[in-house]
Amino acid sequence: MNETALLIAATLAAGTPLALAGLGLLVNERAGVVNLGAEGMMAIAAVTGFAAAFHTGNDWVGFAAGAAAGAAAASLFGWLALWLYTNQYATGLALSLFGGGFSAFVGTGYVGKKLEQSAGVGIPGLRDVPFLGPALFRQHPMVYIAIAIMAATAWFFYRTRAGLVLRSVGESPDSAHALGYPVRQIRMGAVLVGGALCGVSGAYLSITYAPMWVEGMIAGRGWIALALTVFATWRPGRVLLGAYLFGGVTMLQLHLQAQGVQIPSQFMSMLPYLSTVFVLVLISRDPLWIRLNMPASLGKTFHPGS
Amino acid sequence: MHGRSFLRNLTLAALVALGLAACSKSEPPKPAAPAPAPAAKVEPLKIGFIYVGPVGDAGWTYAHDLGRKAVEARFGDRVKTTYVEKVAEGPDAERVIRDLVAQGNKLIFATSFGFGDSMEKVARDHPEVFFEHATGFKTAPNLRNYEGRFYEDSYVAGVLAGMTTKTDVIGFVGSFPIPEVLRNINAFTLGARSVNPKVKTKVVWVNAWFDPSKETEAAQSLINGGADVLLQNTDSTAVLQTAEKNGKHAFGWDSDMSAFAPKAHLASCALNWGPYYVKATSDVLEKTWKTENTKWGIKEGLTTFVKVNDAVPAAAKAKVDEAKAFLVANPGAVFRGPIKDSTGKEILAAGVVGDDKFKGEMNFYVEGVEGKVPAGK
Repeated sequence: MNETALLIAATLAAGTPLALAGLGLLVNERAGVVNLGAEGMMAIAAVTGFAAAFHTGNDWVGFAAGAAAGAAAASLFGWLALWLYTNQYATGLALSLFGGGFSAFVGTGYVGKKLEQSAGVGIPGLRDVPFLGPALFRQHPMVYIAIAIMAATAWFFYRTRAGLVLRSVGESPDSAHALGYPVRQIRMGAVLVGGALCGVSGAYLSITYAPMWVEGMIAGRGWIALALTVFATWRPGRVLLGAYLFGGVTMLQLHLQAQGVQIPSQFMSMLPYLSTVFVLVLISRDPLWIRLNMPASLGKTFHPGS
Repeated sequence: MHGRSFLRNLTLAALVALGLAACSKSEPPKPAAPAPAPAAKVEPLKIGFIYVGPVGDAGWTYAHDLGRKAVEARFGDRVKTTYVEKVAEGPDAERVIRDLVAQGNKLIFATSFGFGDSMEKVARDHPEVFFEHATGFKTAPNLRNYEGRFYEDSYVAGVLAGMTTKTDVIGFVGSFPIPEVLRNINAFTLGARSVNPKVKTKVVWVNAWFDPSKETEAAQSLINGGADVLLQNTDSTAVLQTAEKNGKHAFGWDSDMSAFAPKAHLASCALNWGPYYVKATSDVLEKTWKTENTKWGIKEGLTTFVKVNDAVPAAAKAKVDEAKAFLVANPGAVFRGPIKDSTGKEILAAGVVGDDKFKGEMNFYVEGVEGKVPAGK
């Protein structure tokens, strides 16, 4: 019983960075922009966040710095892809590779440095509830913030006028443009939000999850987050669930090992991608699925006035 | 139709990403000594080091780099050292080694098991260069290997773990299921059971030498499974820091990691490569270099068990000192019969001490380790 609770707790912690980045990328993609630079933005944010937390001694300054760094990297992408009309896929890939190298370059001084750790506090009153306390209510605040962001995203998309405008920009930028909406500015806003959330995710990894900075520590989580948006068929709630599912698969595999059950870990590490391909196949076969959820102009360059 | 073109683009992007990831990068060698020697002097011996991680990893590579610095400090102008860090194990290593040869290095140290095949190939083509491979087993007239008896430290750590554990469950975060790592798991278990026969060891494999997030997750799952003292054969400080967060205990590995977890840190299994690198360099300078398999341990001061936490009770400290003294008197005698494997089959009869072949081919868990060795390596 207790072990199950701890497994649930570990799953939530492992899924949170995926959820944060996935939700950010979802905002991007709902506005019609694919930013493949997630891995790079997360790396830049991880080193920036670590450095800020290291020098100020305050984790929250670190998270803020990570968000700012992610948004800054995303603004570079946005400027190239939206104003200079570069191909979104190529630009995103470039940002991903650039971010990996750049973060390693600026981060050399922080390798092997130690960050002071504050013990997890959890939610007073609920943290001592049997089973549910250890499973759900002793997490780092960022775990709950990720859930709140999911709710906010869903509310924004489906309950606000601004969300409707954002989605219409992703569906048909030409129509939105004809109605007088500033398509590129709206898309830039979405790109910045996406970068900031990827940034928070990267900072969570380097400040809280494995509190250290080393090159390559993002280790493919940016790509999993990208796969997650497809896996979730562009719905916020499913992004969160998918993140916990992918996090849970990793933790379950390690947990089973600790119980003496052997499953090849290589198999487990390819599972997120395999399931994404599976979902892609499913939704590609059903045009209705695509029409309902996939932003129609996803990844396409918009030229105003053309 | 939009959907289709998105999918096509995404596939294309994924392929490009894979291709780019496959050509992994490595940095150009950094000159470590600044000014070249004046012309009148004898040409310095150029020595190259290949590291698998970054020099700042506070672990394996960091310890090797301290050894390189010890060579520089000892020989000064007579040597010129170079290192290449973060070299991927596999084919890329061969290119880096050939590069180092082309730059005129006459003594080359490769500091990870996975560099072995590349070393062997290049050594065959360059008989004039001396090659040294850490933790390997292949030899040639100009290729030899050197290694620490790391399992001696693991054994001593096991003794301390057996004295410390309250749950009688200890945990091990493994990198890859190769003999070197299995020796550590088994030595850790034997050490613990030598003072506390009830101890069980749980093992979790992460299939990486250096992946802090994965190491964190593995350590957490061991702790969730009831382990309260952890050892790892991975190179970051993540396991130790996870133990600190959970109020459990763990050890530093490769280098002194006491600063990362003041409470959790029981001791560090630290490596001191300096004496060996100094000896190897002097072998080349004095022209006494010959092929051999060097294995140094606690007695020679290559593996050291340092910074035992002040909070460790005197009785446990005494057991640690006893184990150390035993290994100084009987180097490598961790695996002495009777030893049973985890299925209960007798592997070593009473009184028999495992030889190098026994240790080099280890592919089983000793009694007390839970689970089965993963197949495939």
